Amino acid sequence: MSPERRYDALVVGAGPAGLAAATTLARAGRSVAVFDEQPTPGGQVHRAVAAVPESRRALLGPDYARGREAVEAFLASGAHHIGQASVWSAAPGRVGVTVGGVAHLVEGDAVVLATGAYERPFPIPGWTLPGVLSGGGAQTLLKASGLVPEGRTVIAGSGPLVWLLAWQYLRCGLTVDAILDSTPAGNRWRAAPHLAGFLASPYPVKGLELLRAVRRSVRVVRGVSALEAVGEDRVSALRYRVGAGAWVEMGVDTLLLHQGVVPAIELAASAGIRQRWDRDQLCWHPEVDAMGRTPLAGLYLAGDGTGIAGAEAAALSGELAAHAILGTSEGGRVSGLLAQRARWLRGRRFLDLLYQPAPAFRVPAGETLACRCEEVTARALGEAAALGVPGPNQLKAFLRCGMGPCQGRLCGLTVTEALAHHSGRTPAQVGRYRARVPVKPLPLAALAAMPATDDERRAVER
Amino acid sequence: MFRRLPDAPPATATILVDGRAVRAVPGESVAAALLANGIVACRTTPVSGAARGPYCLMGVCFECLATIDGEPNRQTCLVLVRDGLRIETQSGARGLGP
Repeated sequence: MSPERRYDALVVGAGPAGLAAATTLARAGRSVAVFDEQPTPGGQVHRAVAAVPESRRALLGPDYARGREAVEAFLASGAHHIGQASVWSAAPGRVGVTVGGVAHLVEGDAVVLATGAYERPFPIPGWTLPGVLSGGGAQTLLKASGLVPEGRTVIAGSGPLVWLLAWQYLRCGLTVDAILDSTPAGNRWRAAPHLAGFLASPYPVKGLELLRAVRRSVRVVRGVSALEAVGEDRVSALRYRVGAGAWVEMGVDTLLLHQGVVPAIELAASAGIRQRWDRDQLCWHPEVDAMGRTPLAGLYLAGDGTGIAGAEAAALSGELAAHAILGTSEGGRVSGLLAQRARWLRGRRFLDLLYQPAPAFRVPAGETLACRCEEVTARALGEAAALGVPGPNQLKAFLRCGMGPCQGRLCGLTVTEALAHHSGRTPAQVGRYRARVPVKPLPLAALAAMPATDDERRAVER
Repeated sequence: MFRRLPDAPPATATILVDGRAVRAVPGESVAAALLANGIVACRTTPVSGAARGPYCLMGVCFECLATIDGEPNRQTCLVLVRDGLRIETQSGARGLGP
């Protein structure tokens, strides 16, 4: 479906935050367009939730199945869903998007960016080998396509998704050969002071039973301090060590890597929203208030793109952003939403510290590729840092890191943290890759096909 | 290697991968179809010629690039399968075109 030229509100992202914002706005009589890369609404967390067979929703568990309600409410709300859309620019009043090979500049009085999250880079030796996938990628294959790994399968890393994925695989009848848990043992003590907030939040009921079920059925190796994927044209083995112990090698057909998710800030940053380094989540958070308002009038942010808090908190923040746009008076519904969201955020601190990935898995060494696209090694980053490179943007000129098609999404945090490590500065001092429009590749053919009015054409034609 | 769960819809579409006909589910991503057919690598890199395949499956990593119906560097995780789609694995950097 092609977008109209203008709407009352434009929403980028059809995950929990985007759907909640769009549904609330549409129910209030606003014309709304929601742009999303995927064909069906739900976002990554509820990917394809209304399209898959009932049996798969049941297998994937209640947190996944719950997404269907929000999708159905959205579809009934009158908001326009524009799927398979690639948004490459956003600013107050306007969004640039490619749909079906044609670029459009769509106007809207309010713009809500609900861009969600993607996985933190996991730079280890061999992580570019075919057969090594991200844990979230493997979960997407399961959700959207009913695909599961065949043969020897290992999940490595840290974070809730490691356990959720293993649990879902077990429910599908799969054997997971091992979980290599790279969560540093010391995290428990750093997280402990925040246990009360966690227990008072709705999180624990989700996690504990699941953890127990996985531990009963899967071999879990704790305290993994180093990990390598080995193979020629595809992964055939992995090597790991626990603490300072001896290296252990095991044959593997599929290796799934995951160490948490981080906000997708590219669109917000390219629009000029300032980013702050979050020391608990070890990533950038855009400048935004609890209602989703930014320093730019007419531009709102919602969901995990503003900081990782999960699907439920995302939906609450999406609805809050809608109320900010509608001018709903504070109190009543709004203060209820704010209070619910605060409960989720309180529980988050514990999870952030408990699953904080180890420095060794965030700042790689030696010949490990930091930038997958341009194949820039950790050693090269260190050598350039020793020359006194001030920040990631200057590093591009030296090494081309971050200049490939992923635009630094798979190396940005690694480069920031590596430069900070090598130069004795903080990530906030080092800074990050500047995000520029177009934040997704935009073919010239799509730009050339952009619809134009006769007046616009006459203004430039001779 | 990946296999389909029994609840997956039937693979009624035929797509061509480097000229070889393989079965796929209409509407699934091309990347999923490749993996379901045992194809874990879809290109070699422009820099070193190393093999790469789908990694994130959500449009972020740009590892799953392939030529689809003659257009190079398409993200196979974002292109949906329909009958008769032609996919060519990519070798190194793209050319300048015809």
